[in-house]
Amino acid sequence: MSSTDKSNMRTPLSKVRGLGSAKDGTSHFWRTRLTALANIPLALFFIYFIASVAGKSYEDALAFIGNPFVAVTLLLFIISGVYHMKLGMQMIIEDYVSGEKSKILSLMLNVFFASAVGLACVFSIFKISFGA
Amino acid sequence: MAPKKTQRPLSPHLSVYKFPLTMMLSMIHRITGAALYFGTALLVWWLIALASGGEAFATVTWFMGTPIGLLIMVGYTWALFHHMVGGIKHFLWDFGKAFELDTVELVAKLATAIPIILTILVWAVGLGMA
Ligand code: HEM
Repeated sequence: MSSTDKSNMRTPLSKVRGLGSAKDGTSHFWRTRLTALANIPLALFFIYFIASVAGKSYEDALAFIGNPFVAVTLLLFIISGVYHMKLGMQMIIEDYVSGEKSKILSLMLNVFFASAVGLACVFSIFKISFGA
Repeated sequence: MAPKKTQRPLSPHLSVYKFPLTMMLSMIHRITGAALYFGTALLVWWLIALASGGEAFATVTWFMGTPIGLLIMVGYTWALFHHMVGGIKHFLWDFGKAFELDTVELVAKLATAIPIILTILVWAVGLGMA
């Protein structure tokens, strides 16, 4: 074993550095926590949002999102939430999808889905806010 | 015939384990995460419909008002509360807190009950306003 090979000067740490499954484990962990923390107040707002718009008429729903405070907070939730869920689903894929090809394909689909959801929500809110 | 194998202890099947609450919560955190992930498609549908016009919006509103639609909305609220409380529990663990066995049990019970209570409160108020 190389760990007992005295001629090798590399430390054990230098040998494993950068060898995670996606080569960026620490930053992934950190970003999950960052977005998770931001999600707490934003998701509470989102639940208030859902309960408020439930059953609202078309005009009332438009007016509700037309309020800049509502629109901006909803946008923040979407940005933080979409980024967080992309990171989370990546962990699930890395845990359960073992074939190299299907893993890379799933990781790509995850990025596509998250991007599409994020852009569709942001675009719709802009369109509603700037007066459709 | 192959020689008789030495008797070795068998690995117990998964089904003989009792499912401790902590283990259930760990699985449910991941399941709610995945459910919230796919559930965002509904938010997209709702927002795009609202941005498209009254007719498209009427279709979504109709669907959300059906028993299945209501179930999805209440379910989504619960999943979000549950995942959020689970996330807060993760923060405690990240700081090295709440690992003592009786604390773990207590936190698990709270993390089960609080989201249910909050969901009921929100919808009692939410439907009361509507
Ligand atoms: C409301 C506040 C939220 C908090 C505090 C939170 C917290 C967390 C934390 C700490 C993790 C990592 C768990 C681990 O390391 O095993 C996680 C995972 C995850 N979250 Fe969230 N989250 C929140 C909202 C959301 C939302 C809105 C979504 C989706 C739209 C979401 C989707 C996910 C997914 C898919 C995972 C991966 C599940 C897993 O690996 O088991 N989360 N969340």
